[in-house]
Amino acid sequence: MALSGLEIYKLLPKTNCKECGQPTCLAFAMKLAAKGAELSACPHVSEESKAALESAGAPPIRLVAIGSGDQKFEVGNETVMYRHEKTFYHQPGILVRVKDTQAADAVVVTVQQVQNYSVERVGINITLNGIAVENASGNAQTFAKCVELVRSKTDMPLVLMSQDPAAMEAALAAAGDSQPLIYSATAENWEAMAGLAKKFKAPLAVYAADGLGGLANLTDQITKAGVADLVLDPSAANVNSTLASLVQVRRHALRKNFRPLGYPVITFPSRLASTTEEETVIAAQHIARYSGVVVLDNFDPTLIYPLLTLRQNIYTDPQKPIQVKPDIYTFGDPGDKSPLLITTNFSLTYFTVAGEIEASGIPTWLLIADSEGMSVLTAWAAGKFDAEKIAKTVKTSGIADKIGHRKLVLPGFVAGMSGEVEEELPGWKIAVGPREAVDISPYLKGVWSPD
Amino acid sequence: MPVTVQTPVEKWNGAVREVTLGATKADGGTRGRTVTVGGSATLPFLHFEGAIPNRPVIAIQVQDIDPLDWSPTLRSAWGDVTKDVLKWAAKAVDLGADIIALNLRSAHPDSGNRGPEEIAETVKSVLGAVDLPLIIYGPGVPEKDNEVLVRAAEVAAGERVAIGLCEQNNYRTIVAACLANGHVAIARAPIDVNIQKQINILMSDMGLPLDRILMDPTTGALGYGLEYSFSVMERLRLSALQGDGMTQMPTICTIGDEAWRAKEAKVSQGVPEVWGDFAKRGVVWETITATTLLNAGADILVLRHPQAVENVRKAIDQLIA
Ligand code: B12
Ligand code: SF4
Repeated sequence: MALSGLEIYKLLPKTNCKECGQPTCLAFAMKLAAKGAELSACPHVSEESKAALESAGAPPIRLVAIGSGDQKFEVGNETVMYRHEKTFYHQPGILVRVKDTQAADAVVVTVQQVQNYSVERVGINITLNGIAVENASGNAQTFAKCVELVRSKTDMPLVLMSQDPAAMEAALAAAGDSQPLIYSATAENWEAMAGLAKKFKAPLAVYAADGLGGLANLTDQITKAGVADLVLDPSAANVNSTLASLVQVRRHALRKNFRPLGYPVITFPSRLASTTEEETVIAAQHIARYSGVVVLDNFDPTLIYPLLTLRQNIYTDPQKPIQVKPDIYTFGDPGDKSPLLITTNFSLTYFTVAGEIEASGIPTWLLIADSEGMSVLTAWAAGKFDAEKIAKTVKTSGIADKIGHRKLVLPGFVAGMSGEVEEELPGWKIAVGPREAVDISPYLKGVWSPD
Repeated sequence: MPVTVQTPVEKWNGAVREVTLGATKADGGTRGRTVTVGGSATLPFLHFEGAIPNRPVIAIQVQDIDPLDWSPTLRSAWGDVTKDVLKWAAKAVDLGADIIALNLRSAHPDSGNRGPEEIAETVKSVLGAVDLPLIIYGPGVPEKDNEVLVRAAEVAAGERVAIGLCEQNNYRTIVAACLANGHVAIARAPIDVNIQKQINILMSDMGLPLDRILMDPTTGALGYGLEYSFSVMERLRLSALQGDGMTQMPTICTIGDEAWRAKEAKVSQGVPEVWGDFAKRGVVWETITATTLLNAGADILVLRHPQAVENVRKAIDQLIA
């Protein structure tokens, strides 16, 4: 929560020495409150005031980076409880766990599956974010070797899982300076783990068996020991008490600006599940309810794909649908007799239609109207894809110079306005295509003709 | 000094209204049991904050005409029973449905165009064959909806079924039929809080008591608008808890209809390999759509696939425990 100018003023030396370039301390405080100056401009401010001012200016949920290099991901820094209030910014990392008791080949297979998994949705490639390595063997060397093996196969971010500081140290050494997330500090080991987090400049996950009170006390001690990048594991015994913890952590941070719980969160859905399907269902709930790092036990594309889709949905800006640029798009190498279709610039609509045109193999022109990112029926209902808009799009696009015929195919769902479009576009024939995009291929192959 | 942490409870001034479907002999109907939904005085499943007197329930969707266009995954899961709505409904009961959602698809001009008298027979026989509360949906074409739902409401008089859909420009006939025959009406709005409120008000202005309205804020499936439904449902629930009586109706979501329209659930050939196993994909699609909206405040989930029913029931068990 930002401080007011007066609150800041109370923390300044009040000597009005002008070295900051402002006439008075109060003027400087006002500038700071308006973010028009940097605290470092005052050479006289005390260390205590500095700390107080910095923590007051910090976001209520700390932004924490996990991993290093191109594939690192950042979580935290969320500002709202409900996505409609603004948006959720930092989508959760989704990782898959291996154990150091697994055969090396099995580990490598999982690492490669996770690394290579990529699926395109609405024009965006969505991927998994990393690997968690668990010290299931209880042996430090086995753990370090497994981490080394994983590291040799991927640069993706890692989560290292062990409660044993010695094993963790060996694994961190094997991970190089790749800033893996250390999982976890507990009431028993936190001093050693905090030391490792400092030494390896790695973020630290914190777990307390006795609930959020215990968790807050731990993070309070750990931050006093000088570790700032923390991740909380608020998981509880069952699905609904974990949901309660997830909501409470977020409320503490956002509603009360309660520093000890102002961190992103990690969850392990499999701990609450007895089957892989159940794990997926619980993971989905954690994605929608504030988890920042979701660690799965199983890699199964059938279950990963819906989770990545859900994450994309929940983290889309509610004010701004994902859109494509209104323009003429071509498929294959269309000529003057090739079909001309029109649709809206909602990404989901465009990519659904584009996929089916591509699959048909028929060279095609596709005109995209500016419908402010709305689907066909939504845009139609909102007056953003009406006869007038369609006529204007055709006229201003320059498509008439590229084709020999004068035939435009409308989406089947807006068949009702074909007459109006015909009126708005003298000389054009308006054809009505199928309603669902899946039927576009048979339509282009069997029904469409330029006359 | 140890830090102390108090449970961050929010104070609400309102709650979701309770609505009961079905009427037993004692209430003038013939149902074996009734189902009450709604009543929550907190956000979904936040037991630490307020009472959640009724668990969300599952309605299994059946149709009065064999749905040849349904995904092969659904058709093989149900097998032959889809040819006979009575057998289908009975199987849905066996699978643990709380409610049977009867879709009068055969009245649609494109799939049989059955008239009100034939439909009346169907409704009577379903009421005779199963003793769970019913939801009755028309074919989704306003003129036909009005025609057949009015007859359906008459032959189901006293059974307190839920009838849908009422929309902003077509609600009067259905509301009148519900009023006359003691039923509950379903109000649908296109993912819009204001329109939802508006239709709720219009329906109650006709004299329909508030505990006889369910709201259907329109379901977008996973990957196809789910985020819009999620947010509109959160907004409606917040508004209900803040005390706005016109958003306090329990929420019903037509999950099956939407999830099984998704390409992921329908198409097995020529799709990316990374989509995984077609036989499981549709079920997961329906399940995740359902459980996500469950967490946004769904009180009744209308589902299609038996496995999805099981998955969602498990999720409800875990959340309500
Ligand atoms: C999500 C959604 C919204 C979102 C917006 C999403 C977006 N960015 O567009 C929100 C919540 C904002 C919204 C708002 C509204 N909505 Co809306 N919305 C939906 C919903 C649930 C899904 C739409 C969707 O994303 N579909 C997926 C895309 C891919 O579909 P599509 O663009 O139609 O494309 C398909 C086909 O058309 C075809 N196709 C596409 N292009 C082409 C081209 C050719 C040539 C061919 C052959 C085929 C083809 O391929 C695609 C796949 O098959 C639908 C209901 C539903 N389940 O369909 C209602 C729906 C579209 N909305 C509706 C309405 C009325 C509205 C509002 C006007 C309500 C209001 N508030 O007043 C507003 C309008 C917006 C405004 N005023 O700001 C109505 C439209 C009614 C009608 N029949 O006209 C619908 C149908 C709901 C309903 N049953 O009442 N909506
Ligand atoms: S430099 Fe510091 S002490 Fe001097 S006037 Fe500015 S704020 Fe005040």
